[in-house]
Amino acid sequence: MSQVVVIELGCANTASVLFALERLGAEAVLSSDASEIRAAPRVVLPGVGAAGFVMSRIHELGLFDTIRGLTQPLMGVCLGQQLLFDSSEEGDVACLGLIPGRVTKMEAPKPLVVPHMGWNQLQAVREDPLTAGLNVGDYAYFVHSFVCPVTEHTLAQSTYGAPFAAMVRKGNVWGCQFHPERSSAAGAKILENFLTL
Amino acid sequence: MLARRIIPCLDVKDGKVVKGVQFVGHEVLGDAVDMALRYRDEGADELVLYDITASAEGRTVDYNWVRDIARALDIPFCVAGGIRSAEQAVKCLNSGADKVSINSPALERPDLINELAEMAGSQCVVVGVDSRELDNDYYVHQYSGDPDKIRAAGRRTLDWVVEAAERGAGEIVLNCMNQDGVRKGYDIRQLRLVRDLIDIPLVASGGAGAPEHFTEVFDQADVSGALAASVFHKKIIHIPDLKRDLQKAGIAVRI
Repeated sequence: MSQVVVIELGCANTASVLFALERLGAEAVLSSDASEIRAAPRVVLPGVGAAGFVMSRIHELGLFDTIRGLTQPLMGVCLGQQLLFDSSEEGDVACLGLIPGRVTKMEAPKPLVVPHMGWNQLQAVREDPLTAGLNVGDYAYFVHSFVCPVTEHTLAQSTYGAPFAAMVRKGNVWGCQFHPERSSAAGAKILENFLTL
Repeated sequence: MLARRIIPCLDVKDGKVVKGVQFVGHEVLGDAVDMALRYRDEGADELVLYDITASAEGRTVDYNWVRDIARALDIPFCVAGGIRSAEQAVKCLNSGADKVSINSPALERPDLINELAEMAGSQCVVVGVDSRELDNDYYVHQYSGDPDKIRAAGRRTLDWVVEAAERGAGEIVLNCMNQDGVRKGYDIRQLRLVRDLIDIPLVASGGAGAPEHFTEVFDQADVSGALAASVFHKKIIHIPDLKRDLQKAGIAVRI
């Protein structure tokens, strides 16, 4: 059985990530304990809410260096992906600095509405163990108002007003801007891939 | 391309989906988890689960079935019914719901919208608005789940949706009561007026009776999603067929 530690930051909505991992047969544990996180074979950094608030939680819990020092597979989900970058325009806050770049407010000219909420397609999916079995045009469920830049570390991009990074990877660090736990078959595929990294 | 959402709404009582809010002696349509999964398999993009007994019994949502649904479902879902405090909303979210929808309690105490948005983020906060046309304007109604208690809330719909968005709502579900249950189509005019006033997602509710009503509401009112209940439950509209029709009409849908 694959073991995963989902980092507990005291924000809502971690249950659905745990449940999704459990559906795939993984043993998923919620924890904010540094030694437990360090010892986990895989770590998920979830996140719902504002970047500034969650970064301050990471500092309060003394987890900044712990997360930065992980060498096992780490996956950031939604805001969790944004926190992997150097900084975010949301609250003008320094983030984890594991992936170069700055998270910016979504440019969505009228008649587009913000948040970008709903099912959007993945484009230009790059080959990677995490994207195995995914196809260009697969739908994923997004809910966000800030976006990660498309760079050399982008695994898949999507477009809403402008292109943005839907999935990223640098070394042992991966990210999904959308919610794989709420993205039906494509999301399950990604989580299944993560469990075999 | 962002797909337009098709959203079945399920009335839940004690973990079972029941038919009709207004009628005594609810007919049980099936187990909530089973029906949620059936709609997921048919291609529903999101579900709204409305705890119909919560408000009447003066309690909040039963978190146990929320958890059961969250365990089983891999598409997003929103929980509505009896959520009166930010704490209760956060419990729903912690039980695995993706969003909570508040209606009458937001009218009683509009600060609830701000509190929820601050605690959980706007993306989790849906404000449901029951609106009725009167003298060529639209007015918000309260307690619409109970025919004995329903009343005008003393607010213009067009004012209330703007206020809700400013207070931090992440989405508005506009239920056009004149159309509700009539199955003659969504209230395009009203939805368009609201759509032009707000820059957060708008979901249409009330009036769906035929596949072309969905085409119309996406084309003409530019809503992000369309919600319906009876046409799906009674199998008048089959979601896979509906989505094929929408796709043929050039509307982006997830198939």
